[in-house]
Amino acid sequence: MPQPISPLAISAFTATSAVGRGLEGHRQALQDARSGLRANDFSQVALACWVGRVEGLEEAPLPVALAAWECRNNRLAWLGLNQDGFLDAVRSVRERYGASRVALLLGTSTASIGATEEAYRRLDPDGGFPQDMLRRPIHTPHSLAGFVAEALALEGPCLTVSTACSSSAKVFASAERMIRLGLVDAAVVGGVDTLCESVLFGFNALELVSRAPCRPFDRARDGISIGEAAGFALLERVDAAPRALRLLGYGEASDAHHMSTPHPEGLGAEIALHDALARAGIEPARVDYINLHGTASLKNDEVEAALIARAFPPSTRASSTKGFTGHTLGAAGILEAVITLLALDHGLVPGNLGGADPDPACGPQFAWHNEARAVEVALSNSFGFGGNNACLAFARADRRA
Amino acid sequence: MSRLQVYVQGVGVWSPQLADFAALRGALRGQDVAPPPARPPASRLPANERRRAPESVLLAIEVADQAVAMSGLDASTLACVFASSHGDQPIMDYMCAVLATAPAELSPTRFHNSVHNAPAGYWTIATGCHAPSNAVCAQQASFGAGLLEAAILAVADARPVLLVCSDTAGSGPLTEVTGCVAPFACALVLAPQPGASTLGRLDLHLCPASIAGASSAAALPATWMASSPSASALPLLALLAQGTGRCRLMATGSLGMEVQLEECA
Repeated sequence: MPQPISPLAISAFTATSAVGRGLEGHRQALQDARSGLRANDFSQVALACWVGRVEGLEEAPLPVALAAWECRNNRLAWLGLNQDGFLDAVRSVRERYGASRVALLLGTSTASIGATEEAYRRLDPDGGFPQDMLRRPIHTPHSLAGFVAEALALEGPCLTVSTACSSSAKVFASAERMIRLGLVDAAVVGGVDTLCESVLFGFNALELVSRAPCRPFDRARDGISIGEAAGFALLERVDAAPRALRLLGYGEASDAHHMSTPHPEGLGAEIALHDALARAGIEPARVDYINLHGTASLKNDEVEAALIARAFPPSTRASSTKGFTGHTLGAAGILEAVITLLALDHGLVPGNLGGADPDPACGPQFAWHNEARAVEVALSNSFGFGGNNACLAFARADRRA
Repeated sequence: MSRLQVYVQGVGVWSPQLADFAALRGALRGQDVAPPPARPPASRLPANERRRAPESVLLAIEVADQAVAMSGLDASTLACVFASSHGDQPIMDYMCAVLATAPAELSPTRFHNSVHNAPAGYWTIATGCHAPSNAVCAQQASFGAGLLEAAILAVADARPVLLVCSDTAGSGPLTEVTGCVAPFACALVLAPQPGASTLGRLDLHLCPASIAGASSAAALPATWMASSPSASALPLLALLAQGTGRCRLMATGSLGMEVQLEECA
């Protein structure tokens, strides 16, 4: 069993997704139970499904100084970084601690593969990449972190985590270890994934994409809706921001079962959950809200609903918010961490949008509609292909002892 | 603190010239070492998985198995960090080509094998490992960044950690931008305390703004280092083969890392 950790302050955070730009856009969409999903108008070839597409990226080029990094994924990263004063918050820690004492840890599943796809659609007559796409750094999965490191002028440890849909949850764990060992004084964590042909047609080939807006935990659910998002958080020791929301713990574990379906008893997810609670030093009954992975795939929701039903009392509230944003894949961890932080900040348990006819596997913990209540401690689940599981624990600074 | 200490308990290597760590030792002594077959045996995988597994998985599992066998540790208990600068390039090339022409024909198996954590997934499944597994990259610095991440995990959680760093060769038009002309894979088992099979102690020290001095492996052909971003591990692997010494790795694009290898009694 892992040892409890010292909590970290989350001194700034932000998210941008199909429901809006920044925290207020997200809070308002959750409050109004308004989904950002729309009929797929993204793919080059028609594909009947719904997507969580961020408005306006096509008209939002990168600043000239960063133009070498041009691609949809880095545009979304830049749009996301420009919300909620996040750039100023990073500038402040960079000046306080020094550029090499701030880590940058970002999760992404496909990074800017969309740019590589485009290069293949426009190959030269000799079969090579067109001249404007011969930009080596954007054709690697580190494109996102490389871009953000340059945009934020950070010079500390810089790592991309790419464990499919748990990627941008696991960055919190890596950051905590670096800060605990004193290698850095602060860490920018987060993640970005954008719509691209690879994931739309890939999940379609696996028959995991719904033709309709996704319905997490609904009896008639029939697959995911893919979305895109950017999210970031700034982690520091608690004394640097004593009143800020806190990272309390995390758990990471492997299913050891199958590449693309979860363990039937949710074994890896359960280990990750228990490790998160152990590091946070709390009992399950102390958890007020859980933002579920809840993709609306048949298997994930069945396994996750059973885990919640057996591990938590009815007073713990739980919901998936993928009906709002779609499944943002490698960005899901940070996007849903931010939604969980909003729940803590505003006392708002978001309803499980899209679950009109609940699956009987769902216990009394499910919040099918918004609930206004105090949320002091909350979890966020993120599970990925390859059986890669992560669970994050957050809390208010003024929570009861 | 910007210093970390970990103990190396096992090493694995695979390249077109080197079948394992013993072959690297031989090459450093100037011996003619027999090149391995083109396809890594990856005997840890069940036979049916081995037939279907993509090249990135075979490479990673081969070196992981070598390093864990040398360490004498139980693979199912090891946390693992799999680093790769580019993932599975034959699959990326296949997917981008199909998506450009007939996207509805994309293979579901190749899609789920395309995730960056496919080697971590296959490894944890093959070894029954429920420990934390990670898949990371850092452009040309993936080995150094992966080593840093694995060493931090070993020290912070006081547990042995398997580090794998591997890249396939490039494939199709993608090769022009990745520059990977040959496959390369290596693995280390790192522990917070010395053990029966310890090869030496690594002292890692971050050095801001010092990437200019990244080491080469003077005793090995320069083409080996240049063939793959994962081959940036060769200076450290050569030290491990020879006993002691120091080298400088890139921990990120702008952060150097001094590595001092000490023998331990």
